[in-house]
Order: sequence, then C-alpha cells, then structure tokens
Amino acid sequence: MEHLSRNQIAWRAAQDLEEGSYVNLGLGLPVLIANYKPTDRDLMFHSENGIVGVGPVAGENEEDPDYVDAGSQKITLNSGAALFDSSMAFAMIRGGHLDVTLLGGFEVSETGDLANWDAKMTHKGQLVGGAMDLVTGAKSVRVTMQHTTKKGEPRLVETCGYPLTGVGTVDRVYTDLAVVDVTADGFLVREIVDGLSRDELQSKSGAKLSFADDCGVLSAPELKE
Amino acid sequence: MIDKRVENLEAALDGLSDGASIMINGFGGTGVPFQFIRALERMSARNLTIITNSVRFVDGFAPALFNDKRVAKVVVSAARSRGPNTSNYERQWLDGELEIEMLPQGTFAERMRAGGAGIPAFFTPTAARTDLAAGKEERMFDGRLCILEEALTADFALIRAARADRWGNLRFRGTQANFGLAMAMAARCTVVETGDASDEPIGPDDVHVPGIFVDRVLECEDLRPSNAGGM
Repeated sequence: MEHLSRNQIAWRAAQDLEEGSYVNLGLGLPVLIANYKPTDRDLMFHSENGIVGVGPVAGENEEDPDYVDAGSQKITLNSGAALFDSSMAFAMIRGGHLDVTLLGGFEVSETGDLANWDAKMTHKGQLVGGAMDLVTGAKSVRVTMQHTTKKGEPRLVETCGYPLTGVGTVDRVYTDLAVVDVTADGFLVREIVDGLSRDELQSKSGAKLSFADDCGVLSAPELKE
Repeated sequence: MIDKRVENLEAALDGLSDGASIMINGFGGTGVPFQFIRALERMSARNLTIITNSVRFVDGFAPALFNDKRVAKVVVSAARSRGPNTSNYERQWLDGELEIEMLPQGTFAERMRAGGAGIPAFFTPTAARTDLAAGKEERMFDGRLCILEEALTADFALIRAARADRWGNLRFRGTQANFGLAMAMAARCTVVETGDASDEPIGPDDVHVPGIFVDRVLECEDLRPSNAGGM
C-alpha cells in the first residue's frame, strides 16, 4: 500500500482548486499547496494579515521584513496583488468572499465538525488565530491531515474529542490514504490509495464510511520531500 | 497649528500609568512599535491590560513586563510560545496569575473596529458552539447561530508606521498595517512611531490612517530585531 507523503497530499489538494478562485492556505501542510498550483490556473492566495495575491517565499536577495504572510514567512507578491489591514482581510473571510480555505486538522466528524486549534497541552498557552473565522466564513472548507494519529487512532470520527473550531463546516478531507467528502449522510470516500482495501480504510476510521459509485484511485506523482 | 509630533519617548507615552489598557500593533514582526514596547518595559506602570494579536512579540522583546508581573490581562488570538517549553506568561496563566482573553483573530479585529466606529456590540457566527462562545449571548440570524461580541476600546494604541506627517496621517508599507487602523480608531490616545515624520504632508490619496485617529507621532529608529518574525 502506497500512502501519500505530505507534499503529495498538498499536490492532490491543489488539483481541486478552481480557476479564478480566492484561496487561504493555513499553516503547516496547507501552505505547501501553493507549490503545486496547476500551471493552467490563475489563483489568488489570501493571507489574513492583509494580502490577496501572495507569491512564492522570498529568495535570499528578495527578503523584505515588511512583507510577511500569516505564517510570518517573508514572501513576494504576485501580479494583481493588494495589501490592506486585518479588519479588511477578515471582512473578506467573514463576509463570505473567500472561495476556499484549506486547513490542517486534528479531527473531523461525520457531520463536518472540525477540531484543529486546541490540543489541550497542559503546559502551553492557547492559539486560535484566524481558524474559527476561516471555517465559518469561507465558501468551501477543506482539511488536510494524516488519516490516523501516530498511535494509529482515527482522525475521521463520529464526534470530535478535541475542542471544536467550527460546527458542520468541513466539505472535503485529504488524507494520506483517501479523499473523503462530508455529506448529509456522513463520510463519502471519493478516492482511495492503491493496495488498501475498503475494509482496511474503514478500520482506520472512527465513523462509518460510504464509497462513491465512481470511487477512484488516489495517486500523486513522485515529489521531492 | 496642528503638529502631533513629539520630541521624545516620555512625551509620547505621557499619561500611561497603572491600570492602563494598551493596544499594541504587529503581525509577523511588521508594524510592531518596538521603541514603545522597550519604553513600556522601562516604565513602572503595573496592572496593565495588553491587547495585541500575539503576546509573543511583547514577551520576546520586553520580558520584564511579564517577569515583574506587571501585566494583569492580555487580549489576544495567540498565546502559545514557540518550542516545547513553558514561557513566563504561560506559567502565570496556568497558575491563575494572568488572565488571557482568547479571541478568534477576525473577532479581535472587528471588536476594535466596532469600538472605534461607535458600534457597542455585534453578532457573528464565528466561534458559535465552540469553547470561545462561553458566557456570550446567542441569537439566530438567517438560520445561523450567532454570538454577541462587544466592542473593544483602550486607553492607548501603540503603532509603527512607515510614514507620518504633522497632522497624524499615516502610511504603511507591505503588511505593516495589520491591526493598526482598527487600533488607532479604538484607542483614546493613539501613539505612532515612524522613521519618517518629515514636514512634507502625505499625499491625500496615499493616506492609510487619517490623522483624526492619531494623537502623537514620534520620529525614531526602528528597534526591530532581525528575528522579529520568529519571536
């Protein structure tokens, strides 16, 4: 069984971004998605600290400390970019103007709840950032995550155990093993990696899975890690 | 003649004393008023409320504020230090000595904007049915559960801008603005540090923050450390 690498999950999620869409990429795996933007598509990447039109991370000689993204990376801007303040950036999110938000997750429930902000660490403070605004305001909410925890516990669950980021909001989940939609009838598997049976995928999931009639093979090209 | 430029840090932060609430701009090291944060650290004011997106900049650059337990409360969207260790402010929070009001970042920005725009409170679906909705009034709008968020104002706002003029008009560079406009609107005394407060007015088409929201301007060196983004 060939499970997808982090970059391959990012590649797969990138293939679904529609021409002309405005997209916010969360910290961690989601920001890698920009590296795999299909060349035939014009996309505008939004950063909640005040940018539409985020370009590649700045090279050594391009770095300007006044130009950073939501992950504090020094970045460049693409043609057509605009800069503004945080209230405006969040009006775009909360006002329903953003087409897609891609975020990492700890757990997604079969009714589309997302838990991704508070891991209940006993010795650390909390950090919510813009996640709750993004999952509430964006037209499409998509999550990238490993299918199970390092201990093998499922992340697709009936009910989230960790504190919620949003309720009934996730549309699609990309994991290292499958592409899964959240529907009115629960989880619907759209793609599954080669060499993994449906029963095996079910055993790695904490809620009942259905399989689409045209359920396909989840695959991605070899990518440098 | 209107001239909001002041001579030194003492004049810039005059009136800031025990019990003050202070908004501090900044995101990823941009727009952060490092001179004012350093000056705040040297002052003796205690029992402060710090309203800032991420407490890491303040703690990283002015650790004495937390070491000396001069901060009573922070209002933030991010209060987790980098790395596996527990920082001073995290320890004080865990021990019940520091109050942290955790807000979704958009709610944080909008509560300040509302405070500056004369809107005492607003309903939003963000954070409804989550732990951050605890104690907040709920109401349905268009079939969506919303929670009531109250406006946020403060005694001071501290901001770094690329340019200011004597009328208090501001111009930002790159992603320097972040919460600066909302904070300038929401604070009773908005104080701005800049590298350029020359006599030349900022062109009317180029103003990002109209001077009506700004009270004092100090021209001074930027103390931004090279690791500001990673603090």
